[in-house]
Amino acid sequence: MEIIAPFSKVFEWTPTLTSIMAVLLGFGFGFSLERAGFGSARTLAGVWYGYDMAVVRVMFTAVVVAMLGLFGLYYLGVLELDLVYVNPTYLWPQVVGGFIFGMGFNIGAYCPGTSLVAMATGKIDGLVFLLGFGVGVLGFAWSFPYIQDFYTSSYMGRLMLPDVLGLPPGVVVLLVVFLAFGAFALTHFVDSKMGNGQGQEQP
Amino acid sequence: MNRLKPAVYGNPYLAGIGLGLVLLAAFVLVGRGLGASGAMTRLSLYTAHNVETAVAGGTEAAHEVLERQNDYVKKYLATESDPLMDFLVYMFLGILLGGFLSGTMARRVSFQVIRGPRASLRTRLLLAFAGGIISAYGARLARGCTSGQALSGGATLAAGSWAYLVAVFAGGFAVAYFFRKEWT
Repeated sequence: MEIIAPFSKVFEWTPTLTSIMAVLLGFGFGFSLERAGFGSARTLAGVWYGYDMAVVRVMFTAVVVAMLGLFGLYYLGVLELDLVYVNPTYLWPQVVGGFIFGMGFNIGAYCPGTSLVAMATGKIDGLVFLLGFGVGVLGFAWSFPYIQDFYTSSYMGRLMLPDVLGLPPGVVVLLVVFLAFGAFALTHFVDSKMGNGQGQEQP
Repeated sequence: MNRLKPAVYGNPYLAGIGLGLVLLAAFVLVGRGLGASGAMTRLSLYTAHNVETAVAGGTEAAHEVLERQNDYVKKYLATESDPLMDFLVYMFLGILLGGFLSGTMARRVSFQVIRGPRASLRTRLLLAFAGGIISAYGARLARGCTSGQALSGGATLAAGSWAYLVAVFAGGFAVAYFFRKEWT
């Protein structure tokens, strides 16, 4: 079949059209997060203490759906994967940064996207998290000259799991689906241990 | 259902499918995923730069103030185009609108501080602020947050993003014991 996606690259969209699309995509993003209950820090913090496992369910479902769609379209020959942005790997900065981010995610009980949704629905703690985030950015920018070498270390370029594992993308996609179902099973096990509801909690 | 009560949250699997379709639409339409921390980074650096220029009080022009910043700041601000006319800043506006509409539809828009049964108002706000600072440092070091790295990078099978995802959960659980009284 003929390559038609990503549209913005194949059909050479104007910056204006791409910006309009960014607003619409953001709209869907914010809407989905709020639907999931992620406008409340209580839902998000549940994953660390086992009283609400929505974070794991929503996140892995979203990753699986988007991944199946993306690689499905690639195998159908309608999407050029090389034109899709894949986060470059800087292994150690990502591991250390991820660990620090996870600590902040636990302590503040929001992440950037969810704090925006919290703020948009009037949650003061979401606004305060956001202000803290702004300060943290300035802290990072200030410290940049001291950590610049680490920041650019262990660069591996556009590295994807199929390359690392030496497997075809289709097989890795299947493995991720299995992993997600394992994670879902685990969340239901936690629910039964903790005596939680069925995952549709009252705000 | 009581009309005055906020609606219960959506089923997490359905919400996840919705989120996944939005993410897929982003790949198909614009060839990139979703992001939230990028816009917040721009807004923060931009605001700080304007404040610094205002404090300089006309003794220095904006471009002179920018001249003595480091490469990281310059990467965001010393650009041909307006630093805020960026894909992620537009997405940021959309997130606010989408979150607000969903919250309105479910009667979940209310001015309040979300906190656990044992946490005081002050403690919760202090921890929200501290958590914001810490996660910003981590997100900038890792070049992305839950949206840009874990979700978008995860779905494209980016190797570093999967390492990031594992590290985020490790970091969260590493400190969970010490902050348990915030929520339980």
